Amino acid sequence: MVKSLPPSFKDIEPLIRIERLPTIWCPGCGLGLLLKTFTKAILKSGIPVDNHVVVSGIGCTGRIAGYIRVDSYHVTHGRAIPFAVGIKLSKPWLNVTVISGDGDIASIGGNHLIHVARRNHDITVIVVNNYVYGMTGGQSSPTTPHGSHTMTSPYGNIEEPFNIPYLAYSAGASFVARWTVFHDIQLLNAILEAFKTPGFALIEVISPCTIYAHRNNIDMLELIRFLRTRVRIRHGVDLRDVGIEHGKEIILGNFVKRANKQSFEERYYSLVKKVGGR
Amino acid sequence: MDEKLLKPGTYFMEGNIACAEAALLAGCRFYAGYPITPSSELMHHMAKRMPEVGGVFIQGEDEIASIMMALGASAAGLKSMTATSGPGLSLMQESIGLAAMLELPVVIVDIQRAGPSTGIPTLMGQGDIMQSQWGSHGDYEVVAYLPSTPQELFDMTIKAFNTAEEYRVPVIVLADKIIGQTYGRVRVPRVDEIRIVHRKKPSTPPRDYLDYLPYDSRELVPPFAAAGEGYRIHMTGLMHDDHGYPNLSKEASWRLVSRLVRKIRENAREIALWEELWMDDPDYVVIAYGSVYGSVKLAIKKLCSEGYRVGLFRPKTAWPFPGWRIEELDKSGVEGFIVVEVNMGQIYHVVREYVRNSSVVHIPSAPGYLPEPHSLYSQIKSVITR
Amino acid sequence: METRKGVPIFYSELCKGCGICIDVCPVKILEFSPEFNEKGYHYPRVRSGMEDKCIACRLCERYCPDLAVYVEVKE
Repeated sequence: MVKSLPPSFKDIEPLIRIERLPTIWCPGCGLGLLLKTFTKAILKSGIPVDNHVVVSGIGCTGRIAGYIRVDSYHVTHGRAIPFAVGIKLSKPWLNVTVISGDGDIASIGGNHLIHVARRNHDITVIVVNNYVYGMTGGQSSPTTPHGSHTMTSPYGNIEEPFNIPYLAYSAGASFVARWTVFHDIQLLNAILEAFKTPGFALIEVISPCTIYAHRNNIDMLELIRFLRTRVRIRHGVDLRDVGIEHGKEIILGNFVKRANKQSFEERYYSLVKKVGGR
Repeated sequence: MDEKLLKPGTYFMEGNIACAEAALLAGCRFYAGYPITPSSELMHHMAKRMPEVGGVFIQGEDEIASIMMALGASAAGLKSMTATSGPGLSLMQESIGLAAMLELPVVIVDIQRAGPSTGIPTLMGQGDIMQSQWGSHGDYEVVAYLPSTPQELFDMTIKAFNTAEEYRVPVIVLADKIIGQTYGRVRVPRVDEIRIVHRKKPSTPPRDYLDYLPYDSRELVPPFAAAGEGYRIHMTGLMHDDHGYPNLSKEASWRLVSRLVRKIRENAREIALWEELWMDDPDYVVIAYGSVYGSVKLAIKKLCSEGYRVGLFRPKTAWPFPGWRIEELDKSGVEGFIVVEVNMGQIYHVVREYVRNSSVVHIPSAPGYLPEPHSLYSQIKSVITR
Repeated sequence: METRKGVPIFYSELCKGCGICIDVCPVKILEFSPEFNEKGYHYPRVRSGMEDKCIACRLCERYCPDLAVYVEVKE
């Protein structure tokens, strides 16, 4: 059993449930990198660790909640967002983050995604996009690129994927960004920005999946090199142009930052004050 | 905050409103719901009252969001609830299983209507008895109350919160359209007369979080650490061990699932409620519950006046069902049990489980419609004179 | 011009043999060891004779998903 981490990780060690390492994720899976970056963000956030809460859904990404030593909840498929909203509304001083996968958030959880953005709840959603349902063996997800091969698109995917940043923005999100797990410094800063955002923040994090690589006859290391290099950072770009497709570079950046937008919690609690409840 | 709650006294109230006020008196400070006939008045009332008492009201995007928000609130330590009807309860089933697995107290009020499917939204039903206990996959035990009047809906709502807190289970209040949307006399006791139960807190301080076991199986009902208290707990819907960590071993599976059902099974005699009338050595026992009660009482009164020895057994909890009492009656010379429900047979099957010596007959009724006393009188009479 | 020097140290019990560190090393001084850990994964080692070629860029440490690499920076 793992008793301690290498000295370079002494700072985040108290935030990781090291007694549960090594993680269940595949060799090369990007989720381990997100674990490092997110726990670093908790440390640098200036928010007490006891005030951080993580909620996740089902899938490989959903397992991340079990590795982070904060109050963490691993709930049912697609339903992390409303559970997180329930926590936030009850204890609005807590910093609540949902970390879940593309299928969990944008397929079964799609309705919750658009409403949490519409109401501008003061939570952060990190949606890890690996283009596939990895845990269940490699089926198509709503973010599988057109033409990709998966267990449910053996002839090549005939569907178009969601453009998640555009979707979140049009539904009402206050802060929207996209990075890959390899752009750890930019991702860390985006997470810190999301924590500070007084409204709904969504960060799409692109991550390599061995199942996706395998089904598309790409070597995992080749996929990793691709995600690190075939990207272009364009802050403030028109979100209609950030869809992901084969042959195109992945557009990364901090895309949206809407100031002066009141969160649901702000409005609700000032209503309570007005009505004399507090 | 007491001055914002309903003052003690006797009121003429709609059941749905009585239920909402009872929840507030029980300490409920989180309501998430979705509109569905015939429960919506309860939600409208909460929309107005929750801000007044400093609680949280939110209309969810659907029933699943509503119950999940209520569970998040419970994880944060608040007493929370949602109200719905049959179709909504069906949608909530996976989340009820989650509540049972995470052992999160929550109250779900089901103002039943005629089913199946969209059915008759504006008329009563008793068709959710089975789904309230068996609706989700796997093994778990809920508690479900069967009020028959607005007063009982009021009293049982408070009880529901207490039971949820005491046993860390989801509790369902199975009312119906008639009880919910009819006005009735409701006596509201003084605040100091109302027994309120809170979930047990951890006995060790948060700074010992590294050693804290959120699902300590040495206790039948583990103490509860809420989000934000510093215990750094992990909760998962996966099979888990005392640490709350996923553990898919046979040992963990047995230990957890058996404890989840033992919580209720070993306390069934404390939790189950029922009422008995005209049970002085009866030949036949009629079993009925909810808003059918009034009609059944009239039918039995007439039969008794004609010399028949017919008793009435009214379960006030569907789950746990007081089967041991049925067993006793079965062994004590009762010739038959007659189950009257507005469905095609739900509590009927539960009763059959406990009866070895006598007959069990079901008198069904068209969903949506209370059987009339004279019709029940004829049907029961034809059974007992066969 | 002085470049930094470092020593990559591998926590073999955490390694899953993914090979990212080997692939990402800009001076290509890492390779898989013939040894394997309890889980059956081959873990990396510095190629023989390349011990003083590490420039302490720490990309291996940064991109290891399993927190299994640590670069000791030599002053």
